[in-house]
Amino acid sequence: MQNIDETLGQYSELFMLLAALAYTAAFVAFTWDLVKSSRRIRAVEAGLAESEQERELVAAGVVAGGRGRAENASSGNAAAATADDAMDYQGERRVVGRIAVALTAVAAVVHGVAVVSRGVAAGRVPWGNMYEFCTTGALVVAVVFLLVLTRKDLRFLGTFVIGLVVVMLCAATIGFPTPVGNLVPALQSYWLIIHVSVAVTASALFTLTFAMSVLQLIQADRMSRLLAGKQDKTPFMRLVPSALSLENLSYRINAIAFVMWTFTLMAGAIWAEQAWGRYWGWDTKEVWTFVIWVVFAGYLHARATRGWTGTRAAWLSITGYLCIVFNFTIVNVYFSGLHSYA
Amino acid sequence: MMYPDKEDHALAEKDRRPDVSLPALGFVGTLRWAWTQLTSMRTALFLLLLLAVAAVPGSLFPQRPANPAVVTQYIRNNPEAGPVLDWFQLFDVYSSVWFSAIYLLLFISLIGCVIPRAMVHARAVRSKPPRTPRRLSRMPVYGTLAIPGGDVTAGSAVTDAAAMLKKRGYRVDVRDEDGKTPSVGAERGFTKELGNLIFHVSLIGVLVSVAAGGLFGYRGQKILVEGDTFVNTLVGYDSFNPGTNFSDNQLEPYSVTLDNFDVRFDRQLTHYGQPIDFTATMTTKAGPDAEPEEQILKVNAPLTIGGTSVYLVGNGYAPVVTVRDGDGNIAYQGPVVSIPQDGLFTSLVVIKVPDAQPDQLGFVGFFLPTAAVDENGVSFSRDPDPFLPQLNLNSYYGDLGLDDGEPKNVYVLDTEELTELNSRNSDDGGIVLDAGETQELPDGKGSITFDGLRRYVALDITHDPAQVGALVFSSLALAGLSASLFIGRRRAWVRAGTHDDGRVMVEYGLLARGEDHRLAGEGGALDKLFRERWLADTAPTDEHGDMETSSARSSRQPHGKDN
Ligand code: HEM
Repeated sequence: MQNIDETLGQYSELFMLLAALAYTAAFVAFTWDLVKSSRRIRAVEAGLAESEQERELVAAGVVAGGRGRAENASSGNAAAATADDAMDYQGERRVVGRIAVALTAVAAVVHGVAVVSRGVAAGRVPWGNMYEFCTTGALVVAVVFLLVLTRKDLRFLGTFVIGLVVVMLCAATIGFPTPVGNLVPALQSYWLIIHVSVAVTASALFTLTFAMSVLQLIQADRMSRLLAGKQDKTPFMRLVPSALSLENLSYRINAIAFVMWTFTLMAGAIWAEQAWGRYWGWDTKEVWTFVIWVVFAGYLHARATRGWTGTRAAWLSITGYLCIVFNFTIVNVYFSGLHSYA
Repeated sequence: MMYPDKEDHALAEKDRRPDVSLPALGFVGTLRWAWTQLTSMRTALFLLLLLAVAAVPGSLFPQRPANPAVVTQYIRNNPEAGPVLDWFQLFDVYSSVWFSAIYLLLFISLIGCVIPRAMVHARAVRSKPPRTPRRLSRMPVYGTLAIPGGDVTAGSAVTDAAAMLKKRGYRVDVRDEDGKTPSVGAERGFTKELGNLIFHVSLIGVLVSVAAGGLFGYRGQKILVEGDTFVNTLVGYDSFNPGTNFSDNQLEPYSVTLDNFDVRFDRQLTHYGQPIDFTATMTTKAGPDAEPEEQILKVNAPLTIGGTSVYLVGNGYAPVVTVRDGDGNIAYQGPVVSIPQDGLFTSLVVIKVPDAQPDQLGFVGFFLPTAAVDENGVSFSRDPDPFLPQLNLNSYYGDLGLDDGEPKNVYVLDTEELTELNSRNSDDGGIVLDAGETQELPDGKGSITFDGLRRYVALDITHDPAQVGALVFSSLALAGLSASLFIGRRRAWVRAGTHDDGRVMVEYGLLARGEDHRLAGEGGALDKLFRERWLADTAPTDEHGDMETSSARSSRQPHGKDN
């Protein structure tokens, strides 16, 4: 068994702290970006709209689904959302938004150094206990977010996603501080590498779609309020794409994550067979992995069932994610079972 | 179930089953109605969600198959709620009537769903690509090109297009090749639906494999002390759970001997004393006459022998003791398996000596690998390695109650009926034995000697002939699922005609069946191919604006960017 490099382990913890600080800065920047864009749009709108009626038209134009885009464009880009419905980048520069992304990238690099040095210090993959699940999981969330950002303008999710990353890092450092160490024999298996890494990546993707589903619900509610001629209670949501586009993109991400989760389930079963002599035994952890799988299978079905698309599907996606969080926190910490890492 | 073709695939409404209201039906009609209901998408969804909910209680209450003793204890501790919960089968959730009902209904629904879909799909695979619509411009992705007159004719353009589409995986059908407006119809992505069918059928396969494992498999436990041998026969097991169809002659009489069990603990400062390696060295014999063979058994690395797999699931210390009775005879001699209670291997010891004369003797206490005494005078173990092994025992005499035929847990001594000889709380103090020491029991009841120390391993031995089936079917399910989710099923048409001025006008349209966010990207890719083929020599003017889509988003995205 390899010797643990404790000094490197301490450096890793230091870097983890620095990363958390950088993420916090990015979080602030993302929030500022939202507020700022919201204010600018409101100002433009106020200038444009002569009458009450017209203002409503513009507001409705911003949120309208795909087909409203033509009018949007013709209104002189005044009502530009931070992300359009295709969630592609638009011409207009958002300096603060860029700073936020840059800060996130820097934080992710520092975070990456922290995670890798932890792995080197321990001489193994850095996911063998709760501290490591949280810190490595947070890194995957941030990296996945950055990767998606290269293709789609999801900066409107930044506050939410980076906020979550900060929470995960805090949970790791405060809730489960664990110095670097060797793996107990039960975890000494290459299945740890395969099973856990895919599970963490899937969870990171589910995190994104969770955020999108929440926004989708708020957006859908806001649209129906606007249509009913009521006051816009969540004006910052004008920056966010339509409920329909949110639903479509989150479906695509959920589909990928679901395949990964299916694989996680199978890899877990194979590992369980090697470790305990049965591939399925309804251990608490297995139960919850199964529940999550079934909920997301339900979600995919809902997307193909009359009356269950849109809001209800979003609720299923959210439920699935809450099950993941439950599985990761409460089940890991409080339920006894064969899987105990805390 | 087929997808209706429609433009707004985002809000796909794929459930084409008519909403059934309750008309006046005969018996057959009612059955048919019930069947339609059961196999509807909505029911499938409902049953899936119900299954998720129904699985949860199994994680909240202890379950019999995993932990029978904990369940018994739970019911004893909750005399009111316990039996009620038991009546609702909450301690056997996964074999309960209600849980089984849900998944069986779900699978019946699944079969009822898959068969008609498979038939529809089989027909679709054999049929020709659909006829070319009159107005291609109504397709969600649509574009036109004008080819300057010359080598290209309407007919050759269409055959070219057909070849290109074919190369991209479409099945093509050229129509009216020599007519005024020849066209090609193309369709691709049948694997999507096939994948979906394979996925759902494989789920049935997984279920059947699990059931078969329960029928034909078996599972047993054995505790093996260093130096001891296990022979794979029914009497060899400490506990044994046969499958429903199990028979004795399924057991191959192989044997395994535990030669040595090596445990290594972490000796670095941060996780001091945490185990880092368990290695069992075994001698195996595939049959009574087979050659002995040395094999290594570790956690996560089972042995396979005689159709079974042998797993290392636990370990501990087995102090070797000699008990002499009141008559001075040896009443027990050998290792005693102790049960670890914590990470430092503070282990519970129970010794029953039914052969002792004139009174049966019993001992209860702890084995401490590295004994130490805290400030209150209480002994505890400081380290999991046996640096200073010590037995701390209380002793009893009387009727151990082993003769009345009732099975008794060997790891529990019921002291109710016994008389205490000495204990930590009595004036004489308890028995404290370091290695090699002997202590006389009070009142001349005998003596006990701590002769030495061995380790033991807890083995699980299983035979599951259907395991491979489960693996194969779940892998198929994964493949089918990926195909179903990531392959786009779409149709394409290209039509050509000749303009009065000699130019060949080409138009094309694309239509997705089901969810397909890459449709626009495909349109862009086709457009590019067509231009390269027919317009390569004309200057690349900014003619791109030719192509438009009737969907909101521009389809001029670079190919592949959007997936
Ligand atoms: C054992 C329970 C079931 C599970 C775990 C399950 C799971 C899934 C999953 C994950 C998908 C999405 C991937 C894909 O399109 O292949 C799906 C799709 C589908 N399932 Fe199931 N399913 C189950 C039972 C059923 C039943 C009973 C029906 C029939 C009523 C059904 C009909 C469908 C249909 C029509 C689709 C295609 C939906 C689409 O196009 O997106 N499934 N199922």
